[in-house]
Amino acid sequence: MIRFEDVSVTYDGALEPTVQGIDFEVPEGELVLLVGPSGVGKSTVLGAVSGLVPHFTGGTLRGRVTVAGRDTRSHKPRELADVVGTVGQDPLSHFVTDTVEDELAYGMESLGLAPDVMRRRVEETLDLLGLTGLRDRPIATLSGGQQQRVAIGSVLTPHPKVLVLDEPTSALDPAAAEEVLAVLQRLVHDLGTTVLMAEHRLERVIQYADRIALLPTLTVGTPAEVMAVSPVYPPVVALGRLAGWSPLPLTVRDARRKAAGLRQQLEERDTNASNGRGAVTCAAPPRGRDQPPTTRTRQRPTPPTPLGAPHRWFRRNSTATTQTTPYAAQIQALSVTRAHIHALRHVDLTVTPGETIALMGRNGAGKSTLLNTLVGLVPPTTGSVHVDGAVPHETAPKDLVRRVGLVPQEPRDLLYADTVAAECTAADQDAGAAPGTCRALVAELLPGPGIADDTHPRDLSEGQRLTLALAVVLTANPPLLLLDEPTRGLDYAAKARLVTLLRDLAARGHAIVLATHDVELAAELAHRVVLLADGEVIADGPTPEVVVASPSFAPQVAKILAPQKWLTVAEVREALS
Amino acid sequence: MGEGSVGRGTKGRSEGAAPSWLVAPTRRSRTCHSPAPLQGVVHPGAWWLWALSLGVAATRTTNPLLLALLIATSAYVVATCRSNAPWARSYAAFVKLALAVLLVRLFFAVALGSPIPGTHTVVTLPEVPLPDWAQGIRLGGAVTVEALVFALYDGLKLATLLICVGAANALANPARLLKSLPGALYEMGVAVVVALTFAPNLIADAQRLRAARRLRGRPDHGIRGLLQVGLPVLEGALERSVALAAAMDARGYGRTAQVPAAVRRTTTALTLGGLLGVCAGTYGLLTAQGAAYGLPVLLAGLASALAGLWLGGRRTPRTRYRPDPWDARAWLVTASGVAVAALLTLAASRDPGSLHPGVIPLTAPTLPLWPAAAVLLGLLPAFLTPKEPS
Repeated sequence: MIRFEDVSVTYDGALEPTVQGIDFEVPEGELVLLVGPSGVGKSTVLGAVSGLVPHFTGGTLRGRVTVAGRDTRSHKPRELADVVGTVGQDPLSHFVTDTVEDELAYGMESLGLAPDVMRRRVEETLDLLGLTGLRDRPIATLSGGQQQRVAIGSVLTPHPKVLVLDEPTSALDPAAAEEVLAVLQRLVHDLGTTVLMAEHRLERVIQYADRIALLPTLTVGTPAEVMAVSPVYPPVVALGRLAGWSPLPLTVRDARRKAAGLRQQLEERDTNASNGRGAVTCAAPPRGRDQPPTTRTRQRPTPPTPLGAPHRWFRRNSTATTQTTPYAAQIQALSVTRAHIHALRHVDLTVTPGETIALMGRNGAGKSTLLNTLVGLVPPTTGSVHVDGAVPHETAPKDLVRRVGLVPQEPRDLLYADTVAAECTAADQDAGAAPGTCRALVAELLPGPGIADDTHPRDLSEGQRLTLALAVVLTANPPLLLLDEPTRGLDYAAKARLVTLLRDLAARGHAIVLATHDVELAAELAHRVVLLADGEVIADGPTPEVVVASPSFAPQVAKILAPQKWLTVAEVREALS
Repeated sequence: MGEGSVGRGTKGRSEGAAPSWLVAPTRRSRTCHSPAPLQGVVHPGAWWLWALSLGVAATRTTNPLLLALLIATSAYVVATCRSNAPWARSYAAFVKLALAVLLVRLFFAVALGSPIPGTHTVVTLPEVPLPDWAQGIRLGGAVTVEALVFALYDGLKLATLLICVGAANALANPARLLKSLPGALYEMGVAVVVALTFAPNLIADAQRLRAARRLRGRPDHGIRGLLQVGLPVLEGALERSVALAAAMDARGYGRTAQVPAAVRRTTTALTLGGLLGVCAGTYGLLTAQGAAYGLPVLLAGLASALAGLWLGGRRTPRTRYRPDPWDARAWLVTASGVAVAALLTLAASRDPGSLHPGVIPLTAPTLPLWPAAAVLLGLLPAFLTPKEPS
């Protein structure tokens, strides 16, 4: 259905090809996953299928790409629109019309389908993607996950033979992601639709893939074959490699069948050492959500150092804040109502220094709003918010950055300057830090070749941009650090770096709150998980207790080793050694 | 209950009979019932015709009582029929604009004087002596009641016209109006709509980035804040536009159907010829000699251009999803507006005295009975159409 014949793509002004030697075929009705670290040209390969590369992006494409027998050289993207449906990374830039229903119909209108066919397919797609209640809503008022579903729905309606998806689930909560993937699988199985997609979150998609193409080496094979050699792999594969299972399991179900021995082994070690985590957490007394945790379920490597003390990263002593409370942040009976919508209802939350909290919940559950109230972007309707003893929305920004820092969902929003160096200078000035503080932080956070001073922030990779934004925020050395959806678009390597970094910060006494859909990240990092639903806190407790009980928020390792409460491969490795 | 088992579950389910929605439909099958129109939505074109007719009626009179009645009529219909959509809030903005126009008109009458000779002087402002070459311009001087009343009547007429346009904007979604364009112009219409959404997006971006300045420890309001985010906002908007263009291209925007060369050439000839005819006809109408042939040429040109548009529509294979039907209610809405315009035009020629109350000498305006009843016909849509669901 899709055939690449020795394809290489060179963009204008680039010295060497972005991708080269791409030579493989995707047969009809297969779901092929494009896998590889950031920046190896996955998006370029996907763009070549819809004809946007090179017709729209410019550059030179050598070789030949054919889709359903049509050569993309002689067919423009619009002439391929009836066979290829494309959804890019950013759903907002995909929308042409202003309401959900019109958006679903737009592609079919372009192709000239009959009105009754259009009507039927719009209704079916609304049901299929759970958008019925939103059909008349202006798209601008939808949450990120809803927008992603509308974007996917809008290319499903013309029933293309080939679907090309660039990170379709990265903005979705686990349940919504499973829904979308289930839809894709039904299309593949029942209609013979061919799907080519790129996705960083392998743990979500790998079980649905028929074959995997690994870039940049272009190893094509079954998932098990490729995973045996791949530098990027989901936790289930990591556990399989650790335990030496062969063939490698790709699904939780396969892994569970093989894991009986491992569970037994872990159980024995646990009872022998009598300090296994499962035993401790089970014995931990239940406590109210207002109380700061008395028992850590995860031992912190070092006790938190007082924030005023100078340490390696921050040469400047932070201004001595008179801490009247032991909390980095305290939220009491907080409700937020915006445009007649109750974004948050009666939320109580306390954050202690050195603690890492993961905020989880559906798209639109109020996670971002909660973070925004902590930095004063959204004033509380009722209730109170205190950060480091100050009321955020009444504190001057200059003062506030020394108390709390937020890395927004789109880190680019924080960056205004033309070069990394100028950005860092500005950050030093904003925070009143010694010149060079921010640049030193960037060098610390990004070991290796690092970022050149004259790079434009736009030209950085997702991971680098996030790190730069993080460095900018950390320049003021705030005791409370907030991150909104930090792992979107990050590959496993970048994510692992982020995890090390945040753990280090927590160990130094920073309190960290992250809003995330990434259950694996929460399992790796968080001491505590707070679940939100419809603006209310529905669960608040130590990570193992909250996530293991939840089918959608449990990480893969927890599912495999349940009822024991292991969360990450690293913990298992440590216990076995 | 693991992720794997969930996956298997869906797989098992999907191997059964294909659900009905998955069955590939035949193109242009006519087996299904015809799609039902959106409930309660009146064709946007009807709203525009209704509002513009009220505007035309407003130009026929300077009677402040009739004008106030026209404004009240449009306001009542807007209050009854408008939806909660963003564009529906434009009515208040238009009312404010109309008020500003009225005030500016009065200010000019006071400051610059008025050609209306009057005897009742309200106040005499100090007159600024102007040089000889500025003859005919006066600054300050006597302000008479007659001049003020004349300016008020005149300004009110303009304000009513503006408020009528505002009513059209509030009642009809501009995007849906563009949907009713002929096929050949549709793509242009989409481009215009996308361009129209550019500005709101720009404002939303600017607000978001200004808020983000707070996260950098900079003040999040003030002019400087706005200026500093200017470049990033423009950059972001441009990038989004390029991405949108790519998405539109990939979704079939601008697809053309194969049409015979003869049809293509005929289309070009008709459109060009038609436009030339329109130009020549207009010229003929405006010059003294050409009055005889002006109108026929103009009409022929218009017909030819429309035929060209219709033929050009065959090059686009587009179909319409749930087009707004031009139903009985649309006819009635249009008719009520047109009736108001026609009756007031008739009244203006029959009874000019009561529709243009005298300024010299000053007389109190009276409410002419049957023109006022005619204006009330414009209320008909308020009883015809249910409120658009929010």
